[in-house]
Amino acid sequence: MNNILKAITKDSFVLPIVAIIMGLILGAIVMLIGGYNPIDAYSALLTRVYGDPYDFGEAIREMTPLIMTGMAFAFAARAGLFNIGGEGQFLIGMTAATVVAVQLHGLPAYIHAPLAIIAGAIFGGLWAAIAGFLKAVRGVNEVISCIMLNWIGLYLANFVINHFMLLQGQNRSEDIQPSASIAIMWLSEMMGNARVHWGTAIALAAAVFFYVFMWKTKQGYELRAVGFNQDASKYAGMNVNRNIVKAMFISGMFAGLAGSFEVLGVFQYQSVMASSPGTGFDGIAVALIGLNNPFGIILGSILFGTLTYGSAGMSFSADVPPEIVRIVIGAIIFFIAAQGIVRWVLKPFYAKRKKEKVL
Amino acid sequence: MGAATPVVELKQITKVFPGIIANDSISFKLHKGEIHALLGENGAGKSTLMNVVFGLYQPEEGSIEVNGEPVIIDSPNRAIELGIGMVHQHFKLVQPFTVTENIILGSEPKKGTRINYKKATEEIRQLSEQYGLQVNPNAKIHDISVGMQQRVEILKTLYRGAEILIFDEPTAVLTPQEISELMEIMKRLVAEGKSIILITHKLKEIMQIADNVTIIRRGKVVDTVKKSETTPQELAEKMVGRNVTFKVDKKPAEPGSVVLEMANIVSNNKEGTAVLQGLNLQVRAGEILGIAGVDGNGQSELIEALTGLRHVDGGTVKLLGQDITNMSPRKITESGVSHIPEDRHKHGLVLDFSVSENMVLETYYKPPFNKGGFLNFDAIDKHATRLVERFDVRTPSIATHARSLSGGNQQKAIIAREIDKNPTLMIAAQPTRGLDVGAIEFVQQQLIAQRDQGKAVLLISFELDEIINVSDRIAVIYEGQIVGEVLPEKTNDQELGLMMAGSTAKRGAAHE
Repeated sequence: MNNILKAITKDSFVLPIVAIIMGLILGAIVMLIGGYNPIDAYSALLTRVYGDPYDFGEAIREMTPLIMTGMAFAFAARAGLFNIGGEGQFLIGMTAATVVAVQLHGLPAYIHAPLAIIAGAIFGGLWAAIAGFLKAVRGVNEVISCIMLNWIGLYLANFVINHFMLLQGQNRSEDIQPSASIAIMWLSEMMGNARVHWGTAIALAAAVFFYVFMWKTKQGYELRAVGFNQDASKYAGMNVNRNIVKAMFISGMFAGLAGSFEVLGVFQYQSVMASSPGTGFDGIAVALIGLNNPFGIILGSILFGTLTYGSAGMSFSADVPPEIVRIVIGAIIFFIAAQGIVRWVLKPFYAKRKKEKVL
Repeated sequence: MGAATPVVELKQITKVFPGIIANDSISFKLHKGEIHALLGENGAGKSTLMNVVFGLYQPEEGSIEVNGEPVIIDSPNRAIELGIGMVHQHFKLVQPFTVTENIILGSEPKKGTRINYKKATEEIRQLSEQYGLQVNPNAKIHDISVGMQQRVEILKTLYRGAEILIFDEPTAVLTPQEISELMEIMKRLVAEGKSIILITHKLKEIMQIADNVTIIRRGKVVDTVKKSETTPQELAEKMVGRNVTFKVDKKPAEPGSVVLEMANIVSNNKEGTAVLQGLNLQVRAGEILGIAGVDGNGQSELIEALTGLRHVDGGTVKLLGQDITNMSPRKITESGVSHIPEDRHKHGLVLDFSVSENMVLETYYKPPFNKGGFLNFDAIDKHATRLVERFDVRTPSIATHARSLSGGNQQKAIIAREIDKNPTLMIAAQPTRGLDVGAIEFVQQQLIAQRDQGKAVLLISFELDEIINVSDRIAVIYEGQIVGEVLPEKTNDQELGLMMAGSTAKRGAAHE
């Protein structure tokens, strides 16, 4: 817990907060230029999200997969890998979960649902491990292979749905067996049928797992060492290649879980998709906002989910086009990436504070 | 030069970093046409002071005068305007660019909208001739030697009109020949009216070339002396703050049984050329075998082959009679090999890990550090605290990132870790590179202590003095082979130098 306290007082916590504020201000300026009232817009946005239980539940539904794909990106990044393939891993995990959830009959819920979730995690992991394996054995840049695997994943997912589970006359799979659903019915009823599900709890647990694994275990130590300095890791006797594959596998599991939750908890079926849903890519943005820290990513998802979900309210009650929110999100990411600008803005506030320097 | 206005005068410069006063009220004068050495241990505050002069840091207190005028240097650009140029220890060159392109980078002469290469090349050629630098303006950086690259850095400052040149540890990366050439260049520069600040911790160079010496210890000026009125002994004591013995104290070696045996080692590089060509050597328990050689004759490859980082294509490596050829680095470490790597940033440390994480880099998977897959931070921290105390690693805390430590303390941390593993064979590659007298003494004593405990020590170094002073036996490496063996008390620089340049009979001292 000490680490968390330390993190809050550090630059790494202050800078994103300021970046977020600057992003919101920039969005407000854009609204003013467009002739909208930013205060009305932002309050409409917040009212939409936190105004009634249904919308609140739906906003949480929006945030959950972002936590998972955000961690997928961050986990690989901690090991020095740029996993841009969260999208493909998300879809493959989703498809695996759908197959298990639709095709297996007569299992009790306490076996069927976990089985479907595990299938999603494992297949998402394996999909990512392909990129890891290619990098480890053949030196293929993971960015290239991940991008290709995203497309293969999209069409493979559609193929599986089209050929094995298509609901007659519809562009989607058959419904999953009720025993595989992870929706929380009683809570959902309380929240006006918002699609809340157990995936959110699993996502929070996964964040704890991420933290403990990365910073408290022997294997996490190896992954971080490899991420920082492959040469020193090799010198110290670590198997760099195995660590690369391992990091990608675990990273892909996170993304695969995100996909599973969408089918098992939210939609109860899988659509045939004309294009990628983009959750994997949004995860990259969330990981950037959260500075690749699992708890930061949860906060990042809350922000990202709030903005995205609330943007509908903004357009509805303040008549501001929802695309403005994309500008805000883009600006936030820009300011986080361009820390120099934020530091420059902060300069008058803490001129006394200096960076840690060589002794 | 007496009463003349100094070209640069620092008045009571104080620079504070969190938890440390890097410069404590430092005053310093540089006169026209002099070479003024700035001497101090690693972490004494030399580099900080020069970064203040070069506009990279702003001092908390004090003022700077250039040619008697008070100035504020808030950026390197401002420093360059004032005629101050810096030759950095790590060159800042674009490898695939030519010399000319590198030099004009950022201040390109224009002809209309296009860069006037012709004019630039001509100017650079003239400068190069004027100062005897012999640089070919059209050569690409990656094709020229390290010594030449440094001259390009010097040209870069001259091209921008520098009158005052700061050299930051300029000889750290050079071969002995290149060092003496650099000395000539520096003399030529001052003869042409330039003034030089030389940051160094090498007393030999100061005695050779400096006019005046300012000694800094722990952020404070200890003294400023004329070279002609001092001795290396006195300088060293002022720098370290205690008595320093240049003679390495050691008893005669008592070699025991053979610990390491390398027989007919062949290893090829990616292109298939043999970089180790049938190398043979033996190291016994209780002795230090020094490997002397010019950089690039297979030293790095020898270590890599020995530690499992490079594939051995022929021959055998035996440790205590056991074949360890082509075993994994971890197996080799576990069989009793410790290794102080040549490049501490690349191999020795994970710079973004804390000191305590670095202390278990090779042992984190073993108890007590690993408890059922989880790291036992109590044990790790205790281990680190013990090593930091025993080997006097100066760090604000064991949670500090290794990156924030000075070079000498980083090296101490590595040595602590490697010695603590209690190896049968200790490989020390360039263990004192970039360290100051005090730290060098420490490292060498540790190596000798290892030997006295009956360990076999393999020492690879480009510093002939070190090889001669520390080793019990010297093997000379040339083009991937051991070409001869001598005893340190029966040889000298000359003989070794000739052997290092190929065999005396075959090629003589011809090089380049």
